[in-house]
Amino acid sequence: MSNMQITQAALSSVPTDAEVEAAAASAKKRHVQLVYFWRIAILVLLLGGWEFAARMQWIDEFFFSKPTDIAARLWTWITEGTSEGPLWYHLWVTMEEALLGFFTGSIAGVIAGIALGRDRMLADIFSVYIKVFNSVPRVVLAPIFIMLFGLGLASKVALAFVMVFFVVFSNAFQGVREADRNLLANARILGARGWQLTRTVVVPSAMSWIFASLHVSFGFAIVGAIVGEFVGARHGIGLLINIAKGTFDAGGMYAAIVVIMVVALVAEYVMTLIEDRLARWRPPALHDIENS
Amino acid sequence: MSQRAQPAIELINVTRRFVSPDGKSMTAMKDFNMTVMPGEFVAVVGPTGCGKSTTLNLVTGLVKPSAGQVRVMGNPVQDIHPSIGFAFQTDALFPWKSVIDNVMAGPLYRGIGTEKARDMAHKWLGRVNLSGHEEKYPHQLSGGMRKRVSLAQTFINEPKILLMDEPFSALDVQTRVLMHDELLQLWADSGACVVFVTHDLEEAIALADKVYVLTSSPATVKSVYPVDIPRPRVASEIRFDERFLKISKTIWEDLRTEVLRGASRDEARVTEAA
Repeated sequence: MSNMQITQAALSSVPTDAEVEAAAASAKKRHVQLVYFWRIAILVLLLGGWEFAARMQWIDEFFFSKPTDIAARLWTWITEGTSEGPLWYHLWVTMEEALLGFFTGSIAGVIAGIALGRDRMLADIFSVYIKVFNSVPRVVLAPIFIMLFGLGLASKVALAFVMVFFVVFSNAFQGVREADRNLLANARILGARGWQLTRTVVVPSAMSWIFASLHVSFGFAIVGAIVGEFVGARHGIGLLINIAKGTFDAGGMYAAIVVIMVVALVAEYVMTLIEDRLARWRPPALHDIENS
Repeated sequence: MSQRAQPAIELINVTRRFVSPDGKSMTAMKDFNMTVMPGEFVAVVGPTGCGKSTTLNLVTGLVKPSAGQVRVMGNPVQDIHPSIGFAFQTDALFPWKSVIDNVMAGPLYRGIGTEKARDMAHKWLGRVNLSGHEEKYPHQLSGGMRKRVSLAQTFINEPKILLMDEPFSALDVQTRVLMHDELLQLWADSGACVVFVTHDLEEAIALADKVYVLTSSPATVKSVYPVDIPRPRVASEIRFDERFLKISKTIWEDLRTEVLRGASRDEARVTEAA
């Protein structure tokens, strides 16, 4: 009887499952709140410091502009358009160039990576050429492409393509090379032949490598498009920056950069959503590490 | 068991040489002879690294003999024979496929329609007691459950020859014994012959009709012991059987000299390299 009482007393001091779960949930919530608090605090501090320094004339407004001017400029661009026409049109031109370059470049990169990754002979023959081309700084190709393809869409797509291709290619190639030999042997014994083997084992095992490269390479595609526009174009965000530079308009340059930042962030977000859908099979711990 | 005289697997005077990464020719297997009849359960034991797995790879055709002949179902091995199933030592499930898709893979590769393949997969998952886990991914399962998915994935192709490369060595002892019973059950219903490679002598005796003891490398067959313990066996209880103890003592005497020889040679090689 006394034994019973002791156990019950001991039990009552131990928190119940519901209590433990509630504590864990609130700790998690606190963590998220704290993260957001600091993120916003740092942003406010940076922008506020910038604004303050400019107004106090610690930094030269002529070169550094200030957040309120940049915001005002963005607002004018959005509501009234730029001196070169509507902002949306320029943004659309740049996006079109970047997206076309990104899709063609990544598709070509994946195909080439898988082909060379699967064939030792091809890989050994072409590896030296790929190293050579890869060592060319991509932006120096901009003037050449503009000479070849003109001031229009084609030259920027070509530049975005070469920016994207090599990154995706080398990751796809590596991913294919790292495919688990046991999985390949298992699939072959289960009955997979040729193309089935590539489609059901090689490509999925290279997928996390390929996705890692797609994250980076969308940024590269935008760089390609903008550098192309910078060197010679009639439309696009790169042109806006170029014109702002020509008129010593710091506010315009920063405003254009903000536009590009927003686009890149949205693209990154969309990419993560797609990746999460495709990578449901992955153990969550590994997933967290890769996304951080 | 089939009464036809034709063996399912024959290795005739097989020698396997390979060139090591530093360019030296090494002999993994020398004058190796083995015959497995349909429906027979054969275990292969030998010292670590003696080339036990090579026997299996020769039968699949993934590795070619340097001399001698390997015959499967009476014909020299060309490509992977469709009636072969293989159980791997490490996890060979496709991590990006759900449990049911993993089990369906074989029939789909072999051109069976999706609906039919799904029905077959449900049946086999039921047989390995994994109904209700169809939509999970391999990383969400325990080691034992993953092994059962692997067995379903292998058995769904209804192999007539089952090659097993230390399939349960990564499992804890209790789970391993449960898997032995599960395997014996599946095997008894399938009529397939099994070549089971292991370094665990007790596992070999508990499961097999015949135990092949290999010499340390280059591997040859040192001796073959029949295991006359009647079937059906219960792997979890057989360990205490008197015949079991007697056989395991005899085979261990034989195996021990090879294990010692292999170990002392390894040591010599390590000191030489250092």
